[in-house]
Amino acid sequence: MHKYLLRRFLITIPTLIGISLVLFTVLAMAPGDPFEELALNPNIPAEVRLNLRQQFGLDDPIPVRYVRWFTSMLRGDWGYSFASRVDVDRLILQRLPTTLFVLGTAYGLALLIALPVGVISAVRPYSLFDQIATTLAFVGHSLPTFFNGLLFILLFSLYLDWLPFIYSTTIEASGIRWVVEHLRQAAMPIAVLGLFEAASLTRFIRASILDVIHQDFVTTARAKGLTERRTVLWHVLRNALIPVITIVALQLPGIFTGAVITEQIFRVPGIGSLLITAIQSTDTPVVMAITFVYAMLVVVFNLVADIIYGFLDPRITYS
Amino acid sequence: MPIAEPELRQWVCRVVEGKASRRQFMRIMLGLGLSAPFIANLLTTYTPAAAQGARVAPSAFTPTKRGGGGRLRLLWWQAPTIANVHLSTGTKDNDASRVVHEPLVGFNRDGEFIPVLAEEIPSFDNGGLSRDGTGVSWRLKKGVVWHDGKPFTADDVIFTWEYAVDPATGAVTSGSYQNIKQIDKLDEHTIKVTFVEPTPFWYDAFCGVRGQILPKHLVGEYKGQNSRNSPYNLKPVGTGPYKMVEFKPGDVALYEINPHYHVPNRPFFDMIELKGGGDAASAARAVIQTGEFDYGWNLQVEKDVLERIERQGTRGKVVIFPQANLEHIQLNRTDPWTEVDGERSSLKAPHPFLTDLLVRQAYNVAVDRRIIAEQLYGAAGQPTSNFIDSPTRFQSPNTSWEYSLEQAAQRLDQAGWKRVSDGFRAKDGRRMKLVYQTSVNPVRQKTQAIVKKAFEKIGIEVELKAVNAGVYFSSDPANSDTVSHFYADIQMFSFSPGSPDPQAHLNRFVSWQIAQKANNWSGRNVVRWSNVEYDRLWKQAEGELDPVKRAALIIRMNDLLIEDVVLIPVIWRNGVRAMSHQLQGVELSDWDSDFWALAYWYRET
Repeated sequence: MHKYLLRRFLITIPTLIGISLVLFTVLAMAPGDPFEELALNPNIPAEVRLNLRQQFGLDDPIPVRYVRWFTSMLRGDWGYSFASRVDVDRLILQRLPTTLFVLGTAYGLALLIALPVGVISAVRPYSLFDQIATTLAFVGHSLPTFFNGLLFILLFSLYLDWLPFIYSTTIEASGIRWVVEHLRQAAMPIAVLGLFEAASLTRFIRASILDVIHQDFVTTARAKGLTERRTVLWHVLRNALIPVITIVALQLPGIFTGAVITEQIFRVPGIGSLLITAIQSTDTPVVMAITFVYAMLVVVFNLVADIIYGFLDPRITYS
Repeated sequence: MPIAEPELRQWVCRVVEGKASRRQFMRIMLGLGLSAPFIANLLTTYTPAAAQGARVAPSAFTPTKRGGGGRLRLLWWQAPTIANVHLSTGTKDNDASRVVHEPLVGFNRDGEFIPVLAEEIPSFDNGGLSRDGTGVSWRLKKGVVWHDGKPFTADDVIFTWEYAVDPATGAVTSGSYQNIKQIDKLDEHTIKVTFVEPTPFWYDAFCGVRGQILPKHLVGEYKGQNSRNSPYNLKPVGTGPYKMVEFKPGDVALYEINPHYHVPNRPFFDMIELKGGGDAASAARAVIQTGEFDYGWNLQVEKDVLERIERQGTRGKVVIFPQANLEHIQLNRTDPWTEVDGERSSLKAPHPFLTDLLVRQAYNVAVDRRIIAEQLYGAAGQPTSNFIDSPTRFQSPNTSWEYSLEQAAQRLDQAGWKRVSDGFRAKDGRRMKLVYQTSVNPVRQKTQAIVKKAFEKIGIEVELKAVNAGVYFSSDPANSDTVSHFYADIQMFSFSPGSPDPQAHLNRFVSWQIAQKANNWSGRNVVRWSNVEYDRLWKQAEGELDPVKRAALIIRMNDLLIEDVVLIPVIWRNGVRAMSHQLQGVELSDWDSDFWALAYWYRET
């Protein structure tokens, strides 16, 4: 087990270096710079822009820039944002709580809906409940979040006027009112993301249970005289959830990096919206940091999923 | 000029001395096609200090105490990323900075000078302006304190200059401070600025958006290389009506009232929330329909969408105010399709047909400005025939525009471009084909479509191209899709003078500014037009201290550009904002930040 872990860990290092190399090169070759508005203002001489390009190191050859980025990254310095002139890690940490709250809750909501609905659908396949659930899951999975988001805004904000559609991190209230206001503004983004995730998870859980429920050990359990409830919860679910856990574990990195579209629509100041504005303003250090953190998380959670496998399924051993 | 110069001079003196009515003077001058900012400038130059009241927003509201207004919510669809104007990358940052910081002088809508941190406006009569135009003395307001309680003094003003001109700082405002040779501190509240050469535009440094003063005692050690490490960039301290409480770059800035603000009984609000991000259309909805916010910035929204939002909404309204932004089409004088010494659009390769005045004139009358204005801009813009429309003191009365495809076709025939079998025009075996580029933007793409349709009717083949704005307006010398490379036949975008004085704006067409490989395409003259008379006029205007003569020079430059069809002016764009019905006292000025008079905003209950 320890040897396996060490080997896997050592493999991640060249993987991450490779990823960073590709990311950096692509970003460095992308056209544009952060000085769009400066270029249009006649009161800002061209030398100012050229001087800034030089200061930000944009005119150096790509290999030089990469080595500079890589060595300072090893020292824990992620560089600084061209737009804010603030260290990148500081910007990301500022956004992290919001993203964790909104996406974490959304994923929690998704699991809360998907698990029972998926199980009931699978246990009673082709019943009325199953028909409705699978249809809704299909529809929910097909509708993109930007469409649902706009639909929600139209209905709950503009037409019914119940919920605000602009997310604020500086709510002017305290105590219970603060909590209520916070939930009110988070309701729509969480619902949009949660329902979307729930839709795909439901389909996955249902399929996974259907695979298991017809196997011999389930029949044996029933023959032993176990109640249906105990059969499903104890014997079926435990086996059926192994692939589901892999899926969930691989989706977890997404919680840290935010949901670009949903955050943009509801102006949620999460990491996704930081990423998109950084891309739009060609703020390369920020884009680089976020994408690289994402790459690291994916690699790490892959490893975590593999390890969890071993605990859940005694048949899998690591040597 | 429509009025004789000596006569005008006498009259100005009479007004200044109080022998003639200021109001009547203004009205008659306006009638003559001169305009409020011009007259204001005239009067300021001649007026003794005592006659100048700090006239801000004509408001009936005179509060008896400071604060009590609750929270003001402002929505910017571009989020501020830094709250220090000297390091900003755009208007959003200038605005976030202006809530905290103040300049010596602000500019109101008419371009009049409103003292903020200055005790009075320098003029010839109060000895503030030197007769030869090489110096200006500022008397600073006394008793002003920074948000941390330290006094505001001449040292801060001098430091701001040193900070901005230090190349290592990377200050984007350095252009406004470069022509200062030295600043002498006469006492704690008086400085004397000496320029390198006579400067009619003495109200650039320390004035308006780029003039925001920084506190020496806090920023002092973060000048130069160190500027990016400054904690100050996230927690600025100024003299403004509101103090920064919390700043999350790219998301929100939260301010609270400055209890020691130097104007009595101002400001009105207790808190200000400046939220950023999202898109312009939903920002309009948040103000006008749901009322979540009180004020929405720069609503670049298609006319139909904005009109529908305003019709459906009950909580707010759309506010229009004059700006100096010109949407225009540029005609390339060099050939973008021939490479000479490793560069296209080279000065050595003149354009095969855009160098012909008849062809350019044909294009000029083939652009239907009225349709573009009516269908795409609505209240947000009007057709124009000038390069400079604002400040209106520089607006030329000598130009006009028309739309006539017959005339366009006639001119093309006259120039020898005849229709060939497929309906398009050709001359000497060369087809008239244009590549027409602009940035990605729905209104611009629709404008392109209107122009293309008209051009094709008269036999000009047009290929449309749209480039992502971040690329198009970048200064990347390695990218050939930028505005300054101009590797297309015609291109369209908008620009504005950015300050009440158009001198810098006019250098977009002087010959030494031509963008080419040799200067890494950093030159501003991207049309690559050169004209001896224009160059001479520009240099003359640069040192001309007499405002009347100077206006005449500037108008002549405008007319040269229009007569020679260096560019085709299309739309003179207005500023568009959304505002809650309750919000009052807001005076917007294109010459300064939206927040130039934020201390005077209030809410009616």
